[in-house]
Amino acid sequence: MGFTRWGLKRSPWVYHVNTGACNNCDIEIADLLTPRFDVERFGIQLVGTPKHADALLVTGICTRQCRPRLQEVYRQTPKPCVVFVIGVCALTGGIFHDAYHRWGRVDDAIREVDPNAIFAYIPGCPPKPEAMILGVKKALAML
Amino acid sequence: MSHRTLIPIGPYHPLQEEAEFFQLYVEGETVVDMDVRISYNHRGIEKLCESKTWDQLTFAVERVCGICSASHPLASVQAVEAIVGEPIPERALYLRTIVNELERIHSHMLWLGLAGHFIGYNTVFMWAWRYREPILDLLELVTGSRINYANVKVGGVRMDMTPEQLAAVQKGMDEVKGPIEMLTKAVLDDPVLHARLKGVGVLKKEDARKLACVGPNARASGIPHDTRRTDPYAAYDRVDWNVIVREEGDVFSKAVVRCLEALESIKIVKQAARDIPGGPIDADFREIPEGEACGHVEAPRGETFHYIRSDGTNRPYRLKIRAPSYVNVPSFKATCIGQPISDVCITLAAVDPCYSCTERMAVVVDAASGKRTMNFEDLVRLSREKTRKLLRNFKG
Amino acid sequence: MSETELAGELRTMLGEAALEIRQPARNNIFITVKPEDVHGIVKTLWEGRGARFATVTGVDVTGGIELLYHFVFDERHAIVTLKTRVAKPFPEIESITPIIPAAEWIEREVHDLLGVKFRNHPRLERLILSDDWPDGVYPLRKDYEPKDPNA
Repeated sequence: MGFTRWGLKRSPWVYHVNTGACNNCDIEIADLLTPRFDVERFGIQLVGTPKHADALLVTGICTRQCRPRLQEVYRQTPKPCVVFVIGVCALTGGIFHDAYHRWGRVDDAIREVDPNAIFAYIPGCPPKPEAMILGVKKALAML
Repeated sequence: MSHRTLIPIGPYHPLQEEAEFFQLYVEGETVVDMDVRISYNHRGIEKLCESKTWDQLTFAVERVCGICSASHPLASVQAVEAIVGEPIPERALYLRTIVNELERIHSHMLWLGLAGHFIGYNTVFMWAWRYREPILDLLELVTGSRINYANVKVGGVRMDMTPEQLAAVQKGMDEVKGPIEMLTKAVLDDPVLHARLKGVGVLKKEDARKLACVGPNARASGIPHDTRRTDPYAAYDRVDWNVIVREEGDVFSKAVVRCLEALESIKIVKQAARDIPGGPIDADFREIPEGEACGHVEAPRGETFHYIRSDGTNRPYRLKIRAPSYVNVPSFKATCIGQPISDVCITLAAVDPCYSCTERMAVVVDAASGKRTMNFEDLVRLSREKTRKLLRNFKG
Repeated sequence: MSETELAGELRTMLGEAALEIRQPARNNIFITVKPEDVHGIVKTLWEGRGARFATVTGVDVTGGIELLYHFVFDERHAIVTLKTRVAKPFPEIESITPIIPAAEWIEREVHDLLGVKFRNHPRLERLILSDDWPDGVYPLRKDYEPKDPNA
């Protein structure tokens, strides 16, 4: 396996993107950094720009206003990268699936830019931090 | 002629969780104007709720915002209960109080951690969020979920608390009181925090009134309004607690108000868990008659105000939600103007904005000549540099 | 529910401008007024009585848009709502933002979602809907037809 892919598996740097969420998933993601969950021991680090990211953590319903920005963030993220679709809203829209301001599914929005994008789905409302850690580790093991 | 520079911040940056877009207009190192643009989070909850039944309503409303997720459904439910006009069982009122105050404590700790992070006190961030966890554990114990509790319903609450759970809540409060007192003391006594946060981002009392600010933001500027005291709901008039008010209106006062409020909340939870009466937890309303009413609740960020109209069917005709951040975020214009760029980051954070409650956008005002792009990371960096400089002055 | 002291005071203060004063629910007073009187009454409540401004609600009803201006009298434990109706298809009313700066964003939101024009609003532009949202489509109106955003 190439060096970048090894780096991604061993120590994924993640960038968080909110496409219109209630904040629950986002706060639980931030919680992962705190002493109880401490994802840095798995090598997972939150970075401040997509340009440094190996993976995107995407939450939210993908509002009409967010879709172009989400696509731009994906373009800026170096490949290979994994898009973690976190929470029921990002997956299917959850209770907001027919909201008038929603564009559609997060993975459909990204597929418009890259039909071969890699997705990992972690459902929940919000998914517990343990579920997120498990999901990330499982996905990386499959790569 | 002075030179205006445009510094966009956003729309995505870490630790400021939701997407929002601030535009700062700067002359030299001083902010002269600013605009906010937020429509990224608009999810159309009000329209959505028109298609929900009265029982389903709370599940939709609690997803307005994760950190106020007990406050929003309580405000809606109180509005509906005002239309019905029948009393709610006493036990339910105490149970509502316990959950809402636990939420206030964890929310204020969350804010304290973020504020510490923005000024470069990462230890404060880690400690504050570490002591948030036992509160989330207690919430999970009594409602089944760390967030999105789904505990209120029209007429009462959905789930009861056993004596063992109430004892665990009491014990939990005793255990967390020491660490929160320690954090409070650390904030109140630290000379570097005094130098860093006093006089920063001042919100004057008259601006707070004109902009209809609420919550700790208003109370830190001398406005003694707290919905739990001015229009008591749940069990707040049956327990003993103080409204915390400060006069200076700066970021430091806002931090003090939130820390002291968290300690008051511990008092409230302990009393409520001790004095809770027996009895039913649900008035079991079968029909919601035609009518309209407003309900309001003191969320951690301030008053959350809901209006409901019923047409006698099993769904609301109209639900209006005014979250506290909707009136607090505009205070940025009053607090950031005239401040150095290095203070913008902490001034913005001091309002404890919850954009998913807010969903707003403002017009982009054209910049004058010159353009320097700085992102939020740069602003956080500037903020931390300022703290480091102050630390050197104290040590040297 | 018997009329409280505050409702009585408001009735005296507003005189004929108050078409109807009701107290349908606990701590809630609703005062129906004509649209052209709203500006003056808001000024009285805000400046004269020192009431706290909460928000403005727009409701789509048959033939018009109802506008509710919510004020809180904290020391009297009461929420006082001014209720008025403006006619469709071109609902409009005088803006209260010049009196209460806090009203700026909520009037823009009501304009976005219900299509009410607020005369003399300092900046009545899109606030809450996306840049690509079609003009003239008001999602909070009851006749709103959802459209496929991909179309």
